[in-house]
Amino acid sequence: MIEIRNLKKSFGSNLVWEDISFTIEDGETVAIIGRSGCGKSVLVKHLNALMYPDEGEVIIDGDNVFDLEYVALRKMRQRFGVLFQGSALFDSLNTFENIAFPLEYFTDYSEEKIEHKVNEALERVNLAGTGQKSPAELSGGMRRRVALARATILQPDFLIYDEPTSGLDPQTSEEINRLIISMAENLKITSIVVTHDIHSVLEIAGKIAFLENQSLWWYGTVEEMRNSDNKELIDFVTASEYQIRN
Amino acid sequence: MEALEKLGKYGLLLYRSLRSLYEFNTYKKNLINELLKIGYESVPIVLLTGVFTGAVMTIQTAYQLDLAFIPISVIGAITSESLLIELAAVITSLVLAGKVGARIATELGTMRVSEQIDALESMGFNSVSFLVLPRVLSGLIMFPLLYIFASVSGIAGGVLAGYLSGALPPAEFMEGAREFFYPWDVTFGILKAFVFGYVITSVSCFKGYFATGGAEGVGNSTTQATVLSCIYVLLADFVLAAVFL
Repeated sequence: MIEIRNLKKSFGSNLVWEDISFTIEDGETVAIIGRSGCGKSVLVKHLNALMYPDEGEVIIDGDNVFDLEYVALRKMRQRFGVLFQGSALFDSLNTFENIAFPLEYFTDYSEEKIEHKVNEALERVNLAGTGQKSPAELSGGMRRRVALARATILQPDFLIYDEPTSGLDPQTSEEINRLIISMAENLKITSIVVTHDIHSVLEIAGKIAFLENQSLWWYGTVEEMRNSDNKELIDFVTASEYQIRN
Repeated sequence: MEALEKLGKYGLLLYRSLRSLYEFNTYKKNLINELLKIGYESVPIVLLTGVFTGAVMTIQTAYQLDLAFIPISVIGAITSESLLIELAAVITSLVLAGKVGARIATELGTMRVSEQIDALESMGFNSVSFLVLPRVLSGLIMFPLLYIFASVSGIAGGVLAGYLSGALPPAEFMEGAREFFYPWDVTFGILKAFVFGYVITSVSCFKGYFATGGAEGVGNSTTQATVLSCIYVLLADFVLAAVFL
């Protein structure tokens, strides 16, 4: 379980958001939505202390991640998998090596076992046989899937997706959405998805956190969102649906 | 204020590097890779720089001296001494600030803006011990070796230029070089190369590691890394000369 308590973040004199508090239960898929630049990616970077807040706490199993010593923090970070917006694959390594990377450093698996695990992960994201390709040879959707395979290779407890479908065509986005659902169901991973794609949200999320006006404006289930009369939320969803229809 | 903040960030980065010295397994592979890139792959440019520096030095010294009153072996002495004390270390380092420093800053800067460093950290890696430490260690190890290559090739270039231009025969050159040779000069040259290696790699790592702002930001970091490395090399050169000579 991840408890976010009274987070406040600003860059210099620019307040990003304040008083952000909500809880992510184990096994849940929570979508964080909001306009571009509202601080969604900044918020998720606080969950594994890639960024530090001005105020507030993120509690994971009783520990405030911001109080952890560097060694303990690194241990805690290994419980997270992160799918970055631009995939963040290592240019100098091929697909196979990218996925094998965490296994080589954090496990004592034999070469055969690593190969088996990587091939299994590649199959899971429908990319069997692409191990020798370099990241530059992959399409945007393929890069996301390789990054997803790498993020899940150590079977993390929590998986953060930062705009997993942005810049992808509808079919590939659909494929990524299906993968997110299958990862959550098959690997029992708690998922946090940053997106402004309402279509994805409706498909994958159990709960929704809506950032607006430098705060957590609304938090609830998908069903509650459908019945909500919150003006800003309705405006955001309507605008997104209008975009999808047109 | 901003300068102090940057100095603090630079200090923290180096402190984190030193603190992770014991994590040998994390940086072992990268260390070998960097030793090859900084050392082995720089040998051709270092040899070329050395040969031409020594050759030009010999010809210009011969041109400037009034050899009616001075033995011609002095040309060999001046060339070799200048190379060992100053030129081999400084010119090699200035060339490597462009080759090695720019590469390091670009690599790390690109990794920063494409979130690859965040990816490393999010996996639980110590990105400093993985990326910064092997580069700085390689600089410390390889620059002194490259200095030796530059010195030897510089003297060889001097001998060759002296012979081809008719300024002095190789035997005279070597006689002058031997006569004025002091082992301390080589020690001092190695010390300089060690310091310059540290300056170039650490400044370039710092600029790349904290790059911001996409492709333009990486470009700026690379330029700053190269220019600052050159300036700090010259400053360090002056300080070392003032302290040790």
